[in-house]
Formats: sequence, structure tokens, C-alpha cells
Amino acid sequence: MDDSRPIFAQVAENIENDIISGALPEEGQAPSINEFAAFYRINPATALKGVNVLVDAGILYKKRGIGMFVATGAQEQLKGARRDSFSSEYVRPLLAEAEKLGIDSAQLTQMIAKEANNS
Amino acid sequence: MTSTIEVTNLSKHFGKVNAVNDVSFTVEENKIYGLLGRNGAGKTTLMQLLTGQEFASSGTISLFEQTPVENAKVLQNTCFIKESQRYPEDFRPKDVFKTAPWFFANWDQEFADRLIADFRLPLDRRIKKLSRGQLSSIGVIVGLASRAPLTFFDEPYLGLDAVARQIFYDRLLEDYAAHPRTVILSTHLIDEVSNLLEHVLVIDEGKLLINEDAETLRNRATNVVGMKTAVEAFIGNREVLHRDGIGGLSSVTVAGLSESERRDAHAAGLELSPVSLQQLIIQLTRTETKEFEASA
Repeated sequence: MDDSRPIFAQVAENIENDIISGALPEEGQAPSINEFAAFYRINPATALKGVNVLVDAGILYKKRGIGMFVATGAQEQLKGARRDSFSSEYVRPLLAEAEKLGIDSAQLTQMIAKEANNS
Repeated sequence: MTSTIEVTNLSKHFGKVNAVNDVSFTVEENKIYGLLGRNGAGKTTLMQLLTGQEFASSGTISLFEQTPVENAKVLQNTCFIKESQRYPEDFRPKDVFKTAPWFFANWDQEFADRLIADFRLPLDRRIKKLSRGQLSSIGVIVGLASRAPLTFFDEPYLGLDAVARQIFYDRLLEDYAAHPRTVILSTHLIDEVSNLLEHVLVIDEGKLLINEDAETLRNRATNVVGMKTAVEAFIGNREVLHRDGIGGLSSVTVAGLSESERRDAHAAGLELSPVSLQQLIIQLTRTETKEFEASA
């Protein structure tokens, strides 16, 4: 909880990461607002705001009196959204740094292919 | 939203000193407020006025829609933990915890016992023999276990070590979640508490400087770092809160940026870093730099 984006957005992103990784399975129960607040050491109102971002997006849904659950299809939905922003989030900064260092796109492609083979 | 405190045009003068100078604000029910400011800014005076321990020179205060002065009904629901709480001579911590329930309708003894264990407070030692930190922990325990609908903590943790402060924050959050109430926390350790706060009041030289949602305040400023020419080109004629530089590098604090502006900055090879609440408040309440720049 320390980069410059709003804390609620970071909370939402952390929950998304847990859904993408499968740590929070679909139709599994998500921690409560107060559990999130205690875990991240943040005000419960901030935690609620973060969770509501995901409720509004249909990633989480509320069962009255029971708690919050991960919606079916949430994982695929989140992966799709992350794929859409992959270019601007990762590829463009990579190109900007490469340009700064004088690495042209052919060299860059080669480097990517090499790393992919190694892993 | 119900408001717990309403303050209108409140002033308090001590001779020629305006400790609190024409301050108006409301405090909404069941939120955690930070009351921040420099030494002598007027924080303690303001809290003393709110809890009826000082009389206002002018202006009005209402707590739970009533005046706090000499009003038992209001004061029963209010807990004020002071930095330098005095106790009767020969009191021991156990005497404090024996008498505290007389003053607070919602006192929870079980919770108090748990906190006493958490803070490792010796109950039988005379209070004047306790360390500064142990003395502070008595206040913190009373403040939490009283569960008063309106709780003030005025620099509650003088001398408390880092472990004890973390226990305080954790217990405060936990218990606040289970038993929502209005908390006003005055502290100099702004970075430690900034994520706990929902709303921030900053007072400087008796005036209310900031009265804003903590989240909004967090987004209010960003540091832009990079080559001087690139930084200058990026900031254009934006409002600059602070400017620093070394050689060809420049670091400038500007008002919050949108997502697309952040991307532009990255594209221009600039680095963005957050401005903590503490840094922001230092920049907003620091007078000597302005004077220095004016005289330079």
C-alpha cells in the first residue's frame, strides 16, 4: 500500500490478483471488509470502496447476510481486461526504456525470444 | 450522514494569542479523523474546547446536538485521552481501570484486560514509578476500552515503542470495525496513521488549513522527477507546491495527475513518485521556505 495510486484501487487490484492466481477461487467466499481492513491496516471505508469497485464490475457479488463471493467467470473476465491493458502497461514502457538505451526493436525481439527459451 | 460535532466560527484567545482562530467544521458520525498540525498549531486547545475543558472566546460548538460545557450527558459519551494525563498521587494502573467504568457507559472490561496483556502493563506498580511509555499505554487502553461514541486521542503514544504503537493501530482498527464510533486522532506521526484515517483536518496557527477526505488528499500531489528541461516542459503552468533540484535534475511537486497525464509523464521519461500525507502537510505548513525564498 505505498505507490501513488489511491489505496482503494490498490486493494481492488490485490483482490484481482488473488482471483487471477486462483488464491480466491470462483464461487469461493472473499474475506470481509473488516478482514481486508485489518490485513492491509487501512480504514474500513477505504477497504469497502476497493471491494465496491469489484462488486460494480461484477467480479464479486454479495449474498445478503452471508458475505461476498467471487463470481463465476471472474477469472477470465479479469484476464481479458489485463490482456487489453498489457500493451500500455508493459510493452510501451519496455519500448521507452529500450529506446533510451539504444536497443532497436529487432534486438528487443531477439532478447524476448531468448528469454522465452530460457524460461 | 449524522454529524457528531458541529463547530461554527470558533475562536479562543489567550491574551493576544489566537490559539484557535475562526474555525468552522463538522465531524461526521463513525469516521476516523486525523487532527494534524505543527507544535502550537492549536490542536490541543481545539480538543479542550470541544470537550468543554476550555471556554470559547466566541463561536459555537455542538456535540451530539448539545453544548459540551458542563453537560454530563454529552461528556459520558466522550472520551478525551491527553498526552499528559495526571492521576491522583499513589494511584496504580489497577485503580485507573477500577474507576474508568464509572465515567464511560460502554466500558468493556474484557477488552481492557486483553489490552493490558497486549501492552504488558504492570497493574500493581505506582503510576509515578511507570515509564513514559507505560504511562501512555494506560491512556491508550482507557481510550479504546471506553468505547465512547466520540473518542479523542491527543498524541496518545509519547514514549510508546514501535511494537506498542502497532498494537494500538491494530486494536483500534479491529475494535472500530466491530464497534463503529467517531475517533479524532491527533498525532505527529502522520505517515504511521495516514492509512487509518478517513478524513483529515489540518490546523496551522489556529486556522483550519485543510478539511478533506483522506483519499482525496492523498491524490492531491505527485512528485515529478527527471531532467530539468523535461520536467519544466511537462509541468508547464501547473501549480507547483515544491521545487527541488540538483545539477541537471529537477524534482517538482505538483497537484494530482490524471491517468493519461501519468502516461504522458512516463512517455517523456519522467519518474513519478507519491507524496506522502506527511510530506504534503510539511510542504503546506512550512513557512520558513516561503520567507526564505522571499528574502533571497
